[in-house]
Amino acid sequence: MPTALQSVSRAAEAANLPATGNIVEVRDITKFYGADVHALEKVNLGIPVGQMTTFLGPSGCGKTTLLKIIAGLLEPTEGEILVKGVPVSGPGPERAFVFQDFALLPWATVLRNVAFGLELRKDSKTMREEVARHYIEEVGLSGFEQKYPHELSGGMRQRVGLARALAVNAEVLLMDEPFSAVDEQTRRKFQEDLLRLLTVEKKTVIFVTHSIEEAVYLSDQIVLLSPRPGRIHSIIRPEIRRDVSPDEIRRDKNYLDHVEEIWQNLRKYLE
Amino acid sequence: MESTIGLSGADRSEVSAFGLSRVTVYRIVSILFLFGLWEIGGLVPISVAFPTFSDTMIAMFEMIMDGRMILAYADTIKPLLIGVAISAGFGVTLGVAMGLNRRFQWFWEPIFVVLQAAPVAALIPLITYIYGIGLAAKIVAVIMLALPIIVLNAYKAVRNASTSLVQMCHSFQGTRLQQIWKVIIPNASPVIFAGLRLGVAAGFIGVILAELLITPTGIGDLITYHRSVAEYAEMYAAVFSVIAFSAVTVGLLERAETRFFRPEKKVGR
Repeated sequence: MPTALQSVSRAAEAANLPATGNIVEVRDITKFYGADVHALEKVNLGIPVGQMTTFLGPSGCGKTTLLKIIAGLLEPTEGEILVKGVPVSGPGPERAFVFQDFALLPWATVLRNVAFGLELRKDSKTMREEVARHYIEEVGLSGFEQKYPHELSGGMRQRVGLARALAVNAEVLLMDEPFSAVDEQTRRKFQEDLLRLLTVEKKTVIFVTHSIEEAVYLSDQIVLLSPRPGRIHSIIRPEIRRDVSPDEIRRDKNYLDHVEEIWQNLRKYLE
Repeated sequence: MESTIGLSGADRSEVSAFGLSRVTVYRIVSILFLFGLWEIGGLVPISVAFPTFSDTMIAMFEMIMDGRMILAYADTIKPLLIGVAISAGFGVTLGVAMGLNRRFQWFWEPIFVVLQAAPVAALIPLITYIYGIGLAAKIVAVIMLALPIIVLNAYKAVRNASTSLVQMCHSFQGTRLQQIWKVIIPNASPVIFAGLRLGVAAGFIGVILAELLITPTGIGDLITYHRSVAEYAEMYAAVFSVIAFSAVTVGLLERAETRFFRPEKKVGR
Protein backbone atom coordinates (compact mmCIF):
# COMPACT_ATOMS: atom_id res chain seq x y z
CA MET A 1 0.00 0.00 0.00
CA PRO A 2 1.55 3.36 -1.04
CA THR A 3 1.93 6.03 1.59
CA ALA A 4 0.01 9.28 1.30
CA LEU A 5 3.15 11.19 0.35
CA GLN A 6 4.06 8.77 -2.43
CA SER A 7 0.61 9.02 -3.92
CA VAL A 8 0.82 12.82 -3.77
CA SER A 9 4.11 12.93 -5.66
CA ARG A 10 2.84 10.47 -8.24
CA ALA A 11 -0.33 12.53 -8.76
CA ALA A 12 1.84 15.64 -8.96
CA GLU A 13 3.88 14.17 -11.80
CA ALA A 14 0.75 13.15 -13.65
CA ALA A 15 -0.83 16.59 -13.32
CA ASN A 16 2.39 18.37 -14.31
CA LEU A 17 2.65 20.20 -11.01
CA PRO A 18 5.53 21.86 -9.16
CA ALA A 19 7.70 19.39 -7.23
CA THR A 20 5.92 20.25 -3.97
CA GLY A 21 2.83 18.38 -5.16
CA ASN A 22 0.69 21.39 -4.32
CA ILE A 23 -1.99 22.19 -6.88
CA VAL A 24 -2.78 25.47 -5.12
CA GLU A 25 -0.24 27.73 -3.38
CA VAL A 26 -1.35 30.53 -1.09
CA ARG A 27 1.43 33.14 -0.80
CA ASP A 28 1.49 35.93 1.78
CA ILE A 29 -2.22 36.58 1.49
CA THR A 30 -3.39 39.60 3.46
CA LYS A 31 -6.93 40.90 3.29
CA PHE A 32 -8.47 44.10 4.64
CA TYR A 33 -12.16 44.93 4.31
CA GLY A 34 -12.20 48.72 4.13
CA ALA A 35 -9.58 50.41 6.31
CA ASP A 36 -10.06 48.70 9.63
CA VAL A 37 -11.39 45.14 9.25
CA HIS A 38 -8.31 42.97 9.09
CA ALA A 39 -9.54 39.58 7.88
CA LEU A 40 -6.30 37.76 6.99
CA GLU A 41 -2.64 38.36 7.82
CA LYS A 42 0.16 36.88 5.69
CA VAL A 43 -1.30 33.43 5.14
CA ASN A 44 1.04 30.91 3.46
CA LEU A 45 -0.25 27.49 2.58
CA GLY A 46 0.07 24.63 0.13
CA ILE A 47 -2.89 22.52 -0.97
CA PRO A 48 -1.72 19.01 -1.94
CA VAL A 49 -3.24 17.59 -5.11
CA GLY A 50 -5.87 14.89 -4.83
CA GLN A 51 -6.49 15.48 -1.12
CA MET A 52 -9.13 17.00 1.08
CA THR A 53 -8.02 20.14 2.92
CA THR A 54 -10.30 21.75 5.48
CA PHE A 55 -10.22 25.30 6.79
CA LEU A 56 -11.43 25.18 10.36
CA GLY A 57 -11.80 27.92 12.91
CA PRO A 58 -14.16 30.06 14.95
CA SER A 59 -16.26 32.70 13.20
CA GLY A 60 -14.23 35.74 12.23
CA CYS A 61 -11.08 33.77 11.43
CA GLY A 62 -11.39 34.55 7.72
CA LYS A 63 -11.85 30.98 6.48
CA THR A 64 -14.56 31.84 3.96
CA THR A 65 -12.60 34.94 2.91
CA LEU A 66 -9.55 32.78 2.23
CA LEU A 67 -11.64 30.30 0.22
CA LYS A 68 -13.20 33.09 -1.86
CA ILE A 69 -9.76 34.57 -2.52
CA ILE A 70 -8.56 31.16 -3.76
CA ALA A 71 -11.73 30.98 -5.90
CA GLY A 72 -10.94 34.39 -7.38
CA LEU A 73 -14.23 35.81 -6.12
CA LEU A 74 -12.42 38.24 -3.79
CA GLU A 75 -9.26 40.25 -4.42
CA PRO A 76 -6.54 39.90 -1.79
CA THR A 77 -5.10 43.15 -0.46
CA GLU A 78 -1.62 41.64 -0.73
CA GLY A 79 -0.13 38.35 -1.84
CA GLU A 80 -0.94 35.94 -4.64
CA ILE A 81 -2.62 32.63 -5.41
CA LEU A 82 -0.88 30.12 -7.66
CA VAL A 83 -2.83 27.34 -9.33
CA LYS A 84 -0.56 24.69 -10.85
CA GLY A 85 2.32 27.13 -10.43
CA VAL A 86 0.63 29.97 -12.31
CA PRO A 87 -0.61 33.14 -10.54
CA VAL A 88 -4.34 33.66 -11.04
CA SER A 89 -6.63 36.67 -10.75
CA GLY A 90 -10.28 35.77 -10.88
CA PRO A 91 -12.15 32.46 -11.30
CA GLY A 92 -10.85 29.83 -13.72
CA PRO A 93 -11.90 26.51 -15.24
CA GLU A 94 -9.63 24.50 -12.93
CA ARG A 95 -11.65 25.57 -9.85
CA ALA A 96 -15.37 25.06 -9.12
CA PHE A 97 -17.28 26.50 -6.18
CA VAL A 98 -20.02 24.97 -4.04
CA PHE A 99 -21.98 27.67 -2.22
CA GLN A 100 -23.17 27.72 1.36
CA ASP A 101 -26.64 28.95 0.30
CA PHE A 102 -26.63 26.60 -2.75
CA ALA A 103 -27.01 29.53 -5.22
CA LEU A 104 -29.35 27.63 -7.54
CA LEU A 105 -31.37 29.40 -10.20
CA PRO A 106 -34.94 29.17 -8.87
CA TRP A 107 -36.41 29.42 -12.38
CA ALA A 108 -34.33 26.56 -13.78
CA THR A 109 -34.87 22.82 -13.44
CA VAL A 110 -32.35 20.59 -11.68
CA LEU A 111 -31.07 19.56 -15.11
CA ARG A 112 -30.44 23.12 -16.25
CA ASN A 113 -28.94 24.12 -12.89
CA VAL A 114 -26.45 21.26 -13.02
CA ALA A 115 -25.62 22.08 -16.64
CA PHE A 116 -25.35 25.82 -15.96
CA GLY A 117 -21.53 25.93 -15.81
CA LEU A 118 -21.42 24.20 -19.19
CA GLU A 119 -24.15 26.48 -20.55
CA LEU A 120 -21.95 29.47 -19.69
CA ARG A 121 -19.13 27.79 -21.63
CA LYS A 122 -21.50 27.53 -24.60
CA ASP A 123 -21.37 23.74 -24.82
CA SER A 124 -24.12 22.30 -27.02
CA LYS A 125 -27.41 21.49 -25.32
CA THR A 126 -27.27 17.73 -25.96
CA MET A 127 -23.71 17.50 -24.70
CA ARG A 128 -24.20 19.49 -21.53
CA GLU A 129 -27.42 17.66 -20.67
CA GLU A 130 -25.70 14.32 -21.12
CA VAL A 131 -22.93 15.40 -18.71
CA ALA A 132 -25.47 16.86 -16.29
CA ARG A 133 -27.53 13.65 -16.25
CA HIS A 134 -24.41 11.69 -15.39
CA TYR A 135 -23.61 13.86 -12.37
CA ILE A 136 -27.23 14.04 -11.25
CA GLU A 137 -27.05 10.27 -11.03
CA GLU A 138 -23.68 10.38 -9.23
CA VAL A 139 -25.07 12.59 -6.46
CA GLY A 140 -28.17 10.40 -6.16
CA LEU A 141 -30.80 12.67 -7.68
CA SER A 142 -31.95 10.54 -10.63
CA GLY A 143 -35.62 11.14 -11.33
CA PHE A 144 -35.48 14.76 -10.15
CA GLU A 145 -34.09 16.22 -13.40
CA GLN A 146 -37.24 18.20 -14.19
CA LYS A 147 -37.92 19.43 -10.65
CA TYR A 148 -37.37 23.04 -9.59
CA PRO A 149 -35.19 23.92 -6.56
CA HIS A 150 -38.16 24.92 -4.39
CA GLU A 151 -39.52 21.39 -4.75
CA LEU A 152 -36.38 19.90 -3.18
CA SER A 153 -35.21 19.62 0.43
CA GLY A 154 -32.12 21.53 1.62
CA GLY A 155 -29.93 18.46 1.37
CA MET A 156 -31.10 17.71 -2.17
CA ARG A 157 -30.49 21.32 -3.21
CA GLN A 158 -26.91 21.06 -2.05
CA ARG A 159 -26.52 17.86 -4.06
CA VAL A 160 -27.55 19.91 -7.09
CA GLY A 161 -24.89 22.48 -6.15
CA LEU A 162 -22.30 19.72 -5.89
CA ALA A 163 -23.34 18.13 -9.20
CA ARG A 164 -23.05 21.53 -10.90
CA ALA A 165 -19.49 21.92 -9.59
CA LEU A 166 -18.57 18.36 -10.66
CA ALA A 167 -20.08 18.83 -14.12
CA VAL A 168 -17.52 21.44 -15.21
CA ASN A 169 -14.80 18.87 -14.47
CA ALA A 170 -12.57 21.23 -12.50
CA GLU A 171 -9.61 19.71 -10.66
CA VAL A 172 -10.21 21.69 -7.49
CA LEU A 173 -13.55 21.79 -5.68
CA LEU A 174 -14.03 24.72 -3.31
CA MET A 175 -16.78 24.08 -0.79
CA ASP A 176 -17.96 26.89 1.49
CA GLU A 177 -19.69 25.36 4.54
CA PRO A 178 -21.78 23.28 2.15
CA PHE A 179 -23.62 21.36 4.85
CA SER A 180 -24.29 24.15 7.31
CA ALA A 181 -27.83 24.72 6.02
CA VAL A 182 -28.91 21.06 6.27
CA ASP A 183 -29.91 19.04 9.32
CA GLU A 184 -27.49 16.75 11.18
CA GLN A 185 -28.72 13.42 9.77
CA THR A 186 -28.60 14.71 6.20
CA ARG A 187 -25.21 16.17 6.93
CA ARG A 188 -23.71 12.83 8.02
CA LYS A 189 -25.17 11.02 5.03
CA PHE A 190 -23.84 13.77 2.79
CA GLN A 191 -20.34 13.52 4.29
CA GLU A 192 -20.24 9.77 3.67
CA ASP A 193 -21.51 10.21 0.12
CA LEU A 194 -18.95 12.94 -0.51
CA LEU A 195 -16.06 10.71 0.58
CA ARG A 196 -17.33 7.86 -1.59
CA LEU A 197 -17.77 10.22 -4.54
CA LEU A 198 -14.24 11.58 -4.15
CA THR A 199 -12.71 8.12 -4.37
CA VAL A 200 -14.28 7.94 -7.84
CA GLU A 201 -13.78 11.53 -8.96
CA LYS A 202 -10.22 12.10 -7.66
CA LYS A 203 -10.57 15.81 -6.98
CA THR A 204 -8.63 18.16 -4.79
CA VAL A 205 -11.09 19.59 -2.31
CA ILE A 206 -10.83 22.68 -0.15
CA PHE A 207 -13.59 22.64 2.39
CA VAL A 208 -14.62 25.34 4.87
CA THR A 209 -16.38 24.28 8.03
CA HIS A 210 -16.88 25.31 11.63
CA SER A 211 -17.56 21.72 12.70
CA ILE A 212 -14.56 20.00 14.29
CA GLU A 213 -16.07 16.52 13.80
CA GLU A 214 -16.76 17.22 10.16
CA ALA A 215 -13.20 18.43 9.61
CA VAL A 216 -11.57 15.42 11.28
CA TYR A 217 -13.94 12.97 9.61
CA LEU A 218 -13.38 14.29 6.09
CA SER A 219 -9.88 15.71 5.93
CA ASP A 220 -6.44 14.62 4.90
CA GLN A 221 -5.21 18.01 6.07
CA ILE A 222 -6.84 20.42 8.54
CA VAL A 223 -5.79 24.06 8.50
CA LEU A 224 -6.65 25.55 11.86
CA LEU A 225 -7.15 29.32 11.66
CA SER A 226 -7.09 31.77 14.55
CA PRO A 227 -9.19 34.93 14.46
CA ARG A 228 -8.69 38.72 14.24
CA PRO A 229 -6.76 38.82 12.04
CA GLY A 230 -7.00 35.36 10.48
CA ARG A 231 -3.70 33.49 10.70
CA ILE A 232 -2.72 29.85 10.41
CA HIS A 233 -2.67 28.44 13.93
CA SER A 234 -1.52 24.96 12.99
CA ILE A 235 -1.86 22.29 10.33
CA ILE A 236 -3.02 18.85 11.37
CA ARG A 237 -3.01 15.64 9.35
CA PRO A 238 -5.42 13.32 11.15
CA GLU A 239 -4.51 10.18 9.08
CA ILE A 240 -7.93 8.64 9.56
CA ARG A 241 -8.27 5.05 8.33
CA ARG A 242 -10.54 4.96 5.32
CA ASP A 243 -10.90 1.20 5.05
CA VAL A 244 -13.48 0.90 7.84
CA SER A 245 -17.14 1.87 8.03
CA PRO A 246 -18.19 5.47 8.82
CA ASP A 247 -19.57 4.42 12.20
CA GLU A 248 -16.30 2.74 13.16
CA ILE A 249 -14.41 5.89 12.18
CA ARG A 250 -16.63 7.94 14.49
CA ARG A 251 -15.74 5.61 17.38
CA ASP A 252 -12.05 5.36 16.46
CA LYS A 253 -9.60 6.54 19.16
CA ASN A 254 -7.42 8.42 16.70
CA TYR A 255 -10.52 10.27 15.41
CA LEU A 256 -11.71 11.16 18.91
CA ASP A 257 -8.23 12.29 20.02
CA HIS A 258 -7.97 14.67 17.10
CA VAL A 259 -11.40 16.11 17.80
CA GLU A 260 -10.37 16.68 21.42
CA GLU A 261 -6.99 18.19 20.51
CA ILE A 262 -8.56 20.66 18.08
CA TRP A 263 -11.22 21.60 20.61
CA GLN A 264 -8.50 22.34 23.21
CA ASN A 265 -6.74 24.54 20.64
CA LEU A 266 -9.86 26.44 19.66
CA ARG A 267 -11.53 26.94 23.02
CA LYS A 268 -9.15 29.70 24.12
CA TYR A 269 -10.55 31.91 21.34
CA LEU A 270 -14.01 31.62 22.81
CA GLU A 271 -13.07 32.94 26.23
CA MET B 1 -55.08 17.92 2.71
CA GLU B 2 -57.82 19.38 4.90
CA SER B 3 -55.55 20.36 7.76
CA THR B 4 -52.55 21.72 5.88
CA ILE B 5 -51.71 25.38 5.53
CA GLY B 6 -53.71 27.06 2.76
CA LEU B 7 -51.78 27.87 -0.38
CA SER B 8 -49.56 24.86 -0.95
CA GLY B 9 -49.09 23.60 -4.48
CA ALA B 10 -51.34 20.61 -3.99
CA ASP B 11 -54.29 22.77 -2.99
CA ARG B 12 -54.41 24.38 -6.38
CA SER B 13 -55.16 21.23 -8.21
CA GLU B 14 -57.60 20.07 -5.58
CA VAL B 15 -60.98 19.51 -7.15
CA SER B 16 -64.07 20.86 -5.41
CA ALA B 17 -67.72 21.15 -6.53
CA PHE B 18 -68.58 21.12 -10.28
CA GLY B 19 -65.09 19.96 -11.19
CA LEU B 20 -63.62 23.40 -10.40
CA SER B 21 -60.52 23.83 -8.29
CA ARG B 22 -61.01 25.24 -4.80
CA VAL B 23 -59.13 28.45 -5.67
CA THR B 24 -61.41 29.06 -8.67
CA VAL B 25 -64.49 28.54 -6.50
CA TYR B 26 -63.29 31.09 -3.96
CA ARG B 27 -62.50 33.58 -6.70
CA ILE B 28 -65.94 33.21 -8.23
CA VAL B 29 -67.57 33.62 -4.81
CA SER B 30 -65.47 36.75 -4.19
CA ILE B 31 -66.62 38.32 -7.49
CA LEU B 32 -70.26 37.32 -6.93
CA PHE B 33 -70.11 38.86 -3.44
CA LEU B 34 -68.91 42.16 -4.88
CA PHE B 35 -71.58 42.20 -7.60
CA GLY B 36 -74.21 41.26 -4.99
CA LEU B 37 -73.24 44.26 -2.84
CA TRP B 38 -73.44 46.45 -5.94
CA GLU B 39 -76.92 45.13 -6.79
CA ILE B 40 -78.16 45.77 -3.25
CA GLY B 41 -76.55 49.24 -3.21
CA GLY B 42 -78.38 50.07 -6.43
CA LEU B 43 -81.73 48.73 -5.14
CA VAL B 44 -81.61 50.72 -1.87
CA PRO B 45 -80.78 53.09 -3.71
CA ILE B 46 -77.69 54.83 -2.37
CA SER B 47 -78.28 57.60 -4.89
CA VAL B 48 -80.37 58.10 -8.02
CA ALA B 49 -77.06 58.30 -9.85
CA PHE B 50 -76.11 54.74 -8.75
CA PRO B 51 -77.65 52.03 -10.95
CA THR B 52 -77.90 48.36 -9.99
CA PHE B 53 -75.43 45.82 -11.30
CA SER B 54 -78.06 44.19 -13.51
CA ASP B 55 -79.12 47.50 -15.10
CA THR B 56 -75.47 48.27 -15.76
CA MET B 57 -74.92 44.88 -17.43
CA ILE B 58 -78.02 45.34 -19.61
CA ALA B 59 -76.80 48.79 -20.64
CA MET B 60 -73.36 47.39 -21.42
CA PHE B 61 -74.85 44.60 -23.53
CA GLU B 62 -76.90 47.14 -25.52
CA MET B 63 -73.89 49.39 -26.01
CA ILE B 64 -71.83 46.50 -27.29
CA MET B 65 -74.60 45.29 -29.60
CA ASP B 66 -75.29 48.69 -31.19
CA GLY B 67 -71.54 49.23 -31.66
CA ARG B 68 -71.15 52.36 -29.55
CA MET B 69 -68.78 50.74 -27.11
CA ILE B 70 -66.76 49.02 -29.81
CA LEU B 71 -66.28 52.30 -31.67
CA ALA B 72 -65.31 54.00 -28.43
CA TYR B 73 -62.69 51.33 -27.70
CA ALA B 74 -61.29 51.67 -31.19
CA ASP B 75 -60.59 55.30 -30.25
CA THR B 76 -59.19 54.56 -26.80
CA ILE B 77 -57.05 51.53 -27.54
CA LYS B 78 -54.71 53.13 -30.06
CA PRO B 79 -53.12 55.74 -27.75
CA LEU B 80 -53.19 53.22 -24.92
CA LEU B 81 -51.31 50.56 -26.88
CA ILE B 82 -48.77 53.01 -28.27
CA GLY B 83 -48.24 54.65 -24.88
CA VAL B 84 -47.93 51.38 -23.00
CA ALA B 85 -45.60 49.91 -25.64
CA ILE B 86 -43.31 52.95 -25.44
CA SER B 87 -43.41 52.96 -21.63
CA ALA B 88 -42.72 49.23 -21.39
CA GLY B 89 -39.89 49.14 -23.93
CA PHE B 90 -38.21 52.35 -22.86
CA GLY B 91 -39.07 51.95 -19.17
CA VAL B 92 -37.72 48.42 -18.73
CA THR B 93 -34.56 49.22 -20.72
CA LEU B 94 -33.89 52.39 -18.77
CA GLY B 95 -34.75 50.79 -15.43
CA VAL B 96 -32.43 47.83 -16.08
CA ALA B 97 -29.67 50.21 -17.17
CA MET B 98 -30.15 52.24 -13.98
CA GLY B 99 -29.90 49.07 -11.93
CA LEU B 100 -26.68 48.04 -13.64
CA ASN B 101 -24.96 51.42 -13.80
CA ARG B 102 -24.65 53.91 -10.93
CA ARG B 103 -24.24 56.95 -13.19
CA PHE B 104 -27.48 56.17 -14.99
CA GLN B 105 -29.13 55.75 -11.64
CA TRP B 106 -27.86 59.05 -10.25
CA PHE B 107 -29.02 60.94 -13.33
CA TRP B 108 -32.46 59.42 -13.88
CA GLU B 109 -33.68 58.43 -10.44
CA PRO B 110 -34.62 61.96 -9.20
CA ILE B 111 -36.56 62.66 -12.40
CA PHE B 112 -38.73 59.58 -12.07
CA VAL B 113 -39.19 59.86 -8.33
CA VAL B 114 -40.52 63.40 -8.85
CA LEU B 115 -42.75 62.26 -11.73
CA GLN B 116 -44.15 59.42 -9.66
CA ALA B 117 -44.86 61.69 -6.71
CA ALA B 118 -46.37 64.49 -8.83
CA PRO B 119 -50.17 64.81 -9.11
CA VAL B 120 -50.11 63.96 -12.81
CA ALA B 121 -53.86 64.43 -13.23
CA ALA B 122 -53.35 68.12 -12.48
CA LEU B 123 -50.63 68.32 -15.12
CA ILE B 124 -52.57 66.60 -17.88
CA PRO B 125 -54.41 69.75 -19.06
CA LEU B 126 -50.98 71.33 -19.56
CA ILE B 127 -50.22 68.68 -22.19
CA THR B 128 -52.67 70.41 -24.55
CA TYR B 129 -50.44 73.49 -24.64
CA ILE B 130 -47.70 71.40 -26.19
CA TYR B 131 -49.36 68.48 -27.93
CA GLY B 132 -52.80 69.90 -28.72
CA ILE B 133 -55.83 67.66 -28.42
CA GLY B 134 -54.98 64.81 -30.78
CA LEU B 135 -53.53 61.35 -30.49
CA ALA B 136 -50.14 62.64 -29.31
CA ALA B 137 -51.66 64.29 -26.24
CA LYS B 138 -53.34 61.04 -25.20
CA ILE B 139 -50.14 59.04 -25.71
CA VAL B 140 -48.19 61.53 -23.59
CA ALA B 141 -50.79 61.21 -20.83
CA VAL B 142 -50.45 57.40 -20.86
CA ILE B 143 -46.64 57.62 -20.75
CA MET B 144 -46.65 60.16 -17.92
CA LEU B 145 -48.58 57.77 -15.72
CA ALA B 146 -47.12 54.44 -16.80
CA LEU B 147 -43.44 55.18 -17.30
CA PRO B 148 -42.27 56.16 -13.78
CA ILE B 149 -43.74 53.04 -12.18
CA ILE B 150 -42.21 50.75 -14.80
CA VAL B 151 -38.78 52.43 -14.63
CA LEU B 152 -38.57 52.50 -10.83
CA ASN B 153 -39.70 48.88 -10.45
CA ALA B 154 -37.27 47.60 -13.08
CA TYR B 155 -34.45 49.58 -11.49
CA LYS B 156 -35.14 48.34 -7.98
CA ALA B 157 -35.53 44.75 -9.18
CA VAL B 158 -32.15 44.79 -10.89
CA ARG B 159 -30.41 46.63 -8.08
CA ASN B 160 -31.61 43.99 -5.59
CA ALA B 161 -30.51 41.05 -7.74
CA SER B 162 -29.27 38.16 -5.63
CA THR B 163 -25.55 38.71 -4.98
CA SER B 164 -25.14 35.02 -4.37
CA LEU B 165 -26.43 34.11 -7.86
CA VAL B 166 -24.31 36.83 -9.45
CA GLN B 167 -21.25 35.46 -7.63
CA MET B 168 -22.16 31.94 -8.73
CA CYS B 169 -22.28 33.06 -12.36
CA HIS B 170 -18.90 34.78 -11.93
CA SER B 171 -17.35 31.69 -10.34
CA PHE B 172 -18.32 29.63 -13.40
CA GLN B 173 -16.63 32.26 -15.58
CA GLY B 174 -19.84 33.76 -16.95
CA THR B 175 -19.27 36.97 -18.93
CA ARG B 176 -20.95 40.22 -17.91
CA LEU B 177 -23.53 39.76 -20.69
CA GLN B 178 -24.31 36.19 -19.58
CA GLN B 179 -24.60 37.47 -16.03
CA ILE B 180 -27.16 40.08 -17.12
CA TRP B 181 -29.22 37.83 -19.44
CA LYS B 182 -29.04 34.50 -17.66
CA VAL B 183 -29.08 35.62 -14.03
CA ILE B 184 -29.92 39.25 -13.28
CA ILE B 185 -32.89 39.72 -15.63
CA PRO B 186 -34.69 36.42 -14.88
CA ASN B 187 -34.00 37.05 -11.19
CA ALA B 188 -35.53 40.53 -11.48
CA SER B 189 -38.42 39.53 -13.75
CA PRO B 190 -41.10 39.10 -11.02
CA VAL B 191 -40.61 42.69 -9.86
CA ILE B 192 -40.18 44.01 -13.41
CA PHE B 193 -43.48 42.37 -14.34
CA ALA B 194 -45.15 43.68 -11.20
CA GLY B 195 -44.08 47.14 -12.43
CA LEU B 196 -45.41 46.41 -15.91
CA ARG B 197 -48.79 45.35 -14.50
CA LEU B 198 -49.01 48.48 -12.36
CA GLY B 199 -47.80 50.51 -15.34
CA VAL B 200 -50.46 49.11 -17.66
CA ALA B 201 -53.15 49.80 -15.04
CA ALA B 202 -51.78 53.35 -14.68
CA GLY B 203 -51.80 53.67 -18.49
CA PHE B 204 -55.56 52.95 -18.47
CA ILE B 205 -56.00 55.73 -15.92
CA GLY B 206 -53.88 58.02 -18.11
CA VAL B 207 -55.89 57.45 -21.27
CA ILE B 208 -59.25 57.83 -19.50
CA LEU B 209 -58.04 61.01 -17.75
CA ALA B 210 -56.93 62.40 -21.11
CA GLU B 211 -60.32 61.59 -22.62
CA LEU B 212 -62.13 63.18 -19.70
CA LEU B 213 -59.91 66.25 -19.39
CA ILE B 214 -58.50 66.96 -22.86
CA THR B 215 -60.38 65.45 -25.78
CA PRO B 216 -63.87 64.04 -25.29
CA THR B 217 -63.42 60.89 -27.38
CA GLY B 218 -63.50 57.13 -26.86
CA ILE B 219 -64.52 55.64 -23.56
CA GLY B 220 -63.90 58.90 -21.70
CA ASP B 221 -66.46 60.54 -23.98
CA LEU B 222 -68.99 57.74 -23.31
CA ILE B 223 -68.60 58.38 -19.57
CA THR B 224 -68.88 62.18 -19.89
CA TYR B 225 -71.79 62.08 -22.34
CA HIS B 226 -73.94 59.61 -20.38
CA ARG B 227 -73.29 61.47 -17.16
CA SER B 228 -74.37 64.76 -18.77
CA VAL B 229 -77.67 63.25 -19.95
CA ALA B 230 -78.16 61.37 -16.67
CA GLU B 231 -78.02 57.87 -18.21
CA TYR B 232 -76.20 56.45 -15.25
CA ALA B 233 -76.48 52.78 -16.18
CA GLU B 234 -74.68 53.54 -19.47
CA MET B 235 -72.11 55.65 -17.68
CA TYR B 236 -71.34 52.88 -15.19
CA ALA B 237 -71.27 50.33 -18.01
CA ALA B 238 -68.48 52.33 -19.62
CA VAL B 239 -66.57 52.56 -16.33
CA PHE B 240 -67.10 48.84 -15.68
CA SER B 241 -65.86 47.89 -19.12
CA VAL B 242 -62.60 49.79 -18.50
CA ILE B 243 -62.03 47.99 -15.22
CA ALA B 244 -62.79 44.59 -16.77
CA PHE B 245 -60.57 45.28 -19.78
CA SER B 246 -57.72 46.46 -17.57
CA ALA B 247 -58.01 43.44 -15.28
CA VAL B 248 -57.96 41.00 -18.21
CA THR B 249 -54.89 42.70 -19.72
CA VAL B 250 -53.04 42.59 -16.41
CA GLY B 251 -53.96 38.90 -16.01
CA LEU B 252 -52.62 38.12 -19.50
CA LEU B 253 -49.34 39.84 -18.59
CA GLU B 254 -49.02 37.64 -15.55
CA ARG B 255 -49.46 34.55 -17.74
CA ALA B 256 -46.85 35.78 -20.19
CA GLU B 257 -44.40 36.22 -17.34
CA THR B 258 -44.92 32.70 -15.99
CA ARG B 259 -44.72 31.27 -19.49
CA PHE B 260 -41.51 32.95 -20.59
CA PHE B 261 -39.53 33.87 -17.49
CA ARG B 262 -40.56 31.98 -14.38
CA PRO B 263 -41.76 28.49 -15.36
CA GLU B 264 -41.25 27.28 -11.78
CA LYS B 265 -44.30 29.29 -10.68
CA LYS B 266 -46.54 26.93 -12.61
CA VAL B 267 -45.52 24.19 -10.23
CA GLY B 268 -46.66 26.31 -7.32
CA ARG B 269 -44.84 27.51 -4.25
